[in-house]
Amino acid sequence: MANQKYLLVCSGESCDADKNHLLQEALQREVAASGLGATVQVVKTGCFGFCAKGPVVKILPEETLYVEVQPSDAAAIVQEHLVAGKPVARLCYDQQQSKLHAKLEDIDFYQKQVRIVLRNCGVIDPDSIDEYITRDGYVALEKVLFEMTPEDVITELRKSDLRGRGGAGFPTWRKWEFTRQVTNPEKYVMCNADEGDPGAYMDRSTLEGDPHSILEAMMIAGYTCGSSKGIIYIRAEYPLAIARLKRAIRQAKEYGLMGDQVLGTDFCFDIEIRLGAGAFVCGEETALIASTEGSRGMPRPRPPFPAVKGLWDKPTVINNVETYASIPVIIMKGGDWYARIGTETSKGTKVFALTGKVKNSGLIEVPMGTTLREIVFGIGGGIIGGKTFKAVQTGGPSGGLIPEEYLDTPIDYENLSKLGSIVGSGGMIVMDEDDCVLDVTKFYLDFSVDESCGKCAPCRIGGKTLLTLLDRISKGTGTEDDLAHMKQLSVAMQRASLCGLGQTTPNPVLSIIRHFEDELNNHIQDRHCPAGKCTALVRFEIDPEACIGCTVCARRCPVNCIAGDRKLPHVIDQERCVKCGACLEACKFNAVIKS
Amino acid sequence: MGAMTREELQAFRAQKQRAVRAQREADGRTTEVIIGTGTCGIAAGAEVALKAIEDEVAKHALANVVVKRTGCMGLCASEPSVEVVKPGMPGILYGKVDAAVGRRIVQEHIMNDQLVGEYIFDKPAADIMQ
Repeated sequence: MANQKYLLVCSGESCDADKNHLLQEALQREVAASGLGATVQVVKTGCFGFCAKGPVVKILPEETLYVEVQPSDAAAIVQEHLVAGKPVARLCYDQQQSKLHAKLEDIDFYQKQVRIVLRNCGVIDPDSIDEYITRDGYVALEKVLFEMTPEDVITELRKSDLRGRGGAGFPTWRKWEFTRQVTNPEKYVMCNADEGDPGAYMDRSTLEGDPHSILEAMMIAGYTCGSSKGIIYIRAEYPLAIARLKRAIRQAKEYGLMGDQVLGTDFCFDIEIRLGAGAFVCGEETALIASTEGSRGMPRPRPPFPAVKGLWDKPTVINNVETYASIPVIIMKGGDWYARIGTETSKGTKVFALTGKVKNSGLIEVPMGTTLREIVFGIGGGIIGGKTFKAVQTGGPSGGLIPEEYLDTPIDYENLSKLGSIVGSGGMIVMDEDDCVLDVTKFYLDFSVDESCGKCAPCRIGGKTLLTLLDRISKGTGTEDDLAHMKQLSVAMQRASLCGLGQTTPNPVLSIIRHFEDELNNHIQDRHCPAGKCTALVRFEIDPEACIGCTVCARRCPVNCIAGDRKLPHVIDQERCVKCGACLEACKFNAVIKS
Repeated sequence: MGAMTREELQAFRAQKQRAVRAQREADGRTTEVIIGTGTCGIAAGAEVALKAIEDEVAKHALANVVVKRTGCMGLCASEPSVEVVKPGMPGILYGKVDAAVGRRIVQEHIMNDQLVGEYIFDKPAADIMQ
């Protein structure tokens, strides 16, 4: 006979494995003793991300959730729940009678994610327009074409208060309204899919998982702004996204949802794909336009804004992938519905690529106003290997590091900006005690310097100079004057750079000066890198007391700089040491000391 | 399917939605195996797992099993991810599915109604489209 019930015992790496094992055994014993063995399966599962309340037991198919379950509770669960059919109230997360049957996904603490942008990702087959249509795909386009005027669409967007998800957070309705108001028979709708922040993959995942939602939203923009031509600017490094977009365009045309006379109306719209070569600056809208036109991807001063003078000097509305993906839902469910999610100034949800030293790295979508702590320690499950949290990096090369003391800040455009970072496009990298803030900042600055187009001096020269100063500090030759110099340079770059790239390049530097002054001073005054990342400041030595002369380290050393006779203490030649750490890893007697 | 008018599109959608509901309710229905094949899923081995699952389904000549692809499910730490929706059983999301686990899913979950423990993960969010 088939199973009718399943007892899932959560045993993620954060839980106490031994205790969970005992619990699982106890449940199995009770199930067998009650003669339910044939119809109930007890299984150990992966992490449910509810670690604070673990061990957790979930019963399927009813989805009852029991928290902080002890092995001694096994009898109660089996006898009361499985045999008598009554939930064990004292083990439920919310013990109110009405909420005993609460599903995991209905529990506030657990349910931190709301998937609007990612509504179809991981649900539908992205290569099937039928599956998109089945999940109310193209309902928003229908509604707009047959029931709404362009003004109505703007009103709905205005109610939703959706702000651009590319990072800057400019109100989307205003962009659309500016473009709509310009009279010109030729206008363009562009999609910025030039996702370039290190560690960011929200847009790629959205395009790969739900390409039709972008096409639908671009057509809505076309109808609203009076354009019949859409262009998706996407980096060539995203071949799967490009292939799925191309197929989606072909399918939409075949169904009469794109092309001439969409759904039998007078509205015509066509979408073309342009491949970018992966230059970071091309994510800036004026550089993106230049690159699309076949010129070198360099920004130009604004105004005139693209809404007035964009692609081929025609009025152009440009939005990012995530912004577009939100729009069909706003049209279907209404701007008011959308505006109920989020904070006072920032509505809706934001997708983050949560990576770094967290247990459950993932592509997540949370309402604006969710705190960083809820993301890192809730959804993310905390730091890998029980290490100490140091900082979370948001906004990529234009953002900054946010330390522990601000983890309870609700995420929105204004709050993160006050902390010296930005929401950005959605990369979120978690760092622990083993990461050096200086090392990380050097990485981002190096990236920005590399990606600077070189057109304006503040960005081209300022970035390089900042990097040189940082490098000096990381080598132990920095001075306190360097900090003051960096601050001055940063302000100059913010004020005088031509585009967003140069204006935000100093952000990571300013953020560590602000939040991690102590760690910088360790490097400057003590010539010491607390995380042991800045190789010039690290020293490997062998403790003569602990060394037994096994010669393993000497054989492992790639530059042969460890000397010593067998069974006698070894010595590292500091002059020749390249500080690779191979000896530290090789030594079984803890005789190699890193300082 | 050629170019559609609004009415035709609506009728088409309604028919598809009825079919999905019928699939959930009727007897002798299809088991769906859905595998995340975004770039990251593929990099983690989704194609290998997919092949193993298809192969195992063919080997046992299982009728009524459909293996399909989807985009990223968002569980980066646990890729490749596979969702199994078998009629009469709760929908289950598996993570870290390699070829061996893929075969176990077919043999244990699909053929014998036994969940493959340790690889079960949880869906991250409720479906706003329902």
